[in-house]
Amino acid sequence: MNIADELRELGQGIVSESLGQVSLQISAEEVLSVAKSLKTNPAIKMNMLLDLCGVDYLYYGVESWQTEGACHQSYCRARAEPLSENSVWTGARFQVVCHLLSITHNQRMRLKVDLDDSVSMPSLSGVWPSSVWYEREAFDLFGIQFKQHPDLRRILTDYGFVGFPMRKDFPLVGRVEMRYDSQSAQCVYDPVSIEYQSHVPRMIRNDHRYVDVGEESGERA
Amino acid sequence: MAKEHSYTINFGPQHPAAHGVLRLLITLEGETVQSIDPHIGLLHRGTEKLMEHKTYLQSGGYFDRFCYVSMMANEHAYVMALEKMLAIKVPERAEYIRVLFAEITRLMNHLIWLGAYGLDLGAMSVFLYCFRDRDDLLAMYEAASGARMHANYFRVGGVWRDLPHTMPKYQSSSWKSKKKLADLNADRQGSLLDFIESFIERFPGRIDDYETLLTDNRIWKQRTQGVGVVSKERAMSLGFTGHMLRSTGVAWDLRKTQPYSVYDKLTFDVPVGVNGDCYDRYIIRIAEMRESVKIMKQCVDWLREHPGPILADAPKVVPPSRDHMKDNMEAMIHHFKLHTEGFSLPRGEVYSAVEHPKGEFGVYIVSDGANMPYRIKVRAAGFPHLAAISELCKGHLLADVVTILSSLDIVLGEVDR
Repeated sequence: MNIADELRELGQGIVSESLGQVSLQISAEEVLSVAKSLKTNPAIKMNMLLDLCGVDYLYYGVESWQTEGACHQSYCRARAEPLSENSVWTGARFQVVCHLLSITHNQRMRLKVDLDDSVSMPSLSGVWPSSVWYEREAFDLFGIQFKQHPDLRRILTDYGFVGFPMRKDFPLVGRVEMRYDSQSAQCVYDPVSIEYQSHVPRMIRNDHRYVDVGEESGERA
Repeated sequence: MAKEHSYTINFGPQHPAAHGVLRLLITLEGETVQSIDPHIGLLHRGTEKLMEHKTYLQSGGYFDRFCYVSMMANEHAYVMALEKMLAIKVPERAEYIRVLFAEITRLMNHLIWLGAYGLDLGAMSVFLYCFRDRDDLLAMYEAASGARMHANYFRVGGVWRDLPHTMPKYQSSSWKSKKKLADLNADRQGSLLDFIESFIERFPGRIDDYETLLTDNRIWKQRTQGVGVVSKERAMSLGFTGHMLRSTGVAWDLRKTQPYSVYDKLTFDVPVGVNGDCYDRYIIRIAEMRESVKIMKQCVDWLREHPGPILADAPKVVPPSRDHMKDNMEAMIHHFKLHTEGFSLPRGEVYSAVEHPKGEFGVYIVSDGANMPYRIKVRAAGFPHLAAISELCKGHLLADVVTILSSLDIVLGEVDR
């Protein structure tokens, strides 16, 4: 029995398979019980959590350069700002994705946790201690709260940093820039003086160049 | 006066033994470590965010700068992720070139690690010997890709170009005698493969030299044996991979257990440790270097016999050759489109991992069908290793912190991203 069937037998969440990689999608409420059974169930036995990261689906499927329907409008195809209402994503805005590995069965799987508007989920550090730092990172970059986390501090960004930089509505150029102020003899923060410039527009092609690659291709709304 | 029980010292971020910009807040009682709070992120460049605004071809160069001592191993995970998504079959010659350079990269990484490890523990000469031999590996990088470090050599569908038939030679100058010049150019007379072959012949002897300096050295053993011990179960739950996991006795090597590229056609062994201490990690890596040389030899032999294409025939993804572009309209258009807009990935997600010299290096890409990744996450091998440093160092002396930190083999470029 392969890993996908074992996960279906668990009876929780949605099991999907693409490119030979198995995913289990669950909600934040059930994550702790599912994680425990993934680790302890002898047929699955995911001994290791290799990776945990946040994903922000705010602008999923939003292009900054229209590729379709542009011809009969005008030559002005570029959009200055991405519009979140154009997103084709229907699920939760934030997702936490874990990559698990079973050394016992030599199997991998992906655990995807949909977060509700509270942008929080229980910490997995009780099940897989390796998640402690990964959760700190997801908290730092996405502002995802992990309940019962032993040490939820920022990890990668600067001391005193404000905002969650990997969120899609956080600008690439940032919000503040630092300089040394000789009068006050200290480092001060100013609003950024540079503007974001896109050299290559983000564009989505639906021209079936890669037909029958990936099961979800060609389904664009 | 109140008696102080413990005190905190600051180690780094500008400390030569911190292996980059790492800051450790060490709580000590006497000279015994109570806990360590690593502060990372001083090299955080927001690469993942930057890649969300770059085409897939433009992002290749960022991968050299994650773990900047094993450049091509990082590229390998990235191009494999894209190829998986695009269902591109890489020509066999390109796979062998990739494996050859993945192993050259492994040697480079292990040499710089061994040198720095020795230096941290006071063995100056092993550092110099390691860097002498690493320079030959950098010359191989340069001959193949044009760059000594940040190669950007692995491309989607294969490698940038085929291995050159000549090696670049040292030029005469006023501070090199004729004899010195002839010595330097002695094994650069033939092709790159000849140069690699001569390296393969002499390198096992060089490994013996390192071992003479360290393996049975009493000081070395006293400094490393029984230091930073981790059990098999604990290593797994802490997310250790690579030499950290193998030192505990788990024979887990993705090249064997989940073979990618052409590793299943090559013969090599996976060295494992017993005690899970710093000494075992050293022994494993020495043995890994010997295995890498074996793999390189098999690749060189195969590559000599099998000429062929080094890029996949996929014009919508792989840019055309210069010649082809000049006299073919289609190729011209493809060239223009690929270098302005780039190619788009189908909608979906993929995770691909390689056995990086430091452990498992993984790339997770979420695509919404655009010409840039929607989200890209790099699973750095050193990140969980560094996360466990407090646990590994607890109860050891302050001097052992340097030993343990060194044996983890972290590079802040990939930890901070």
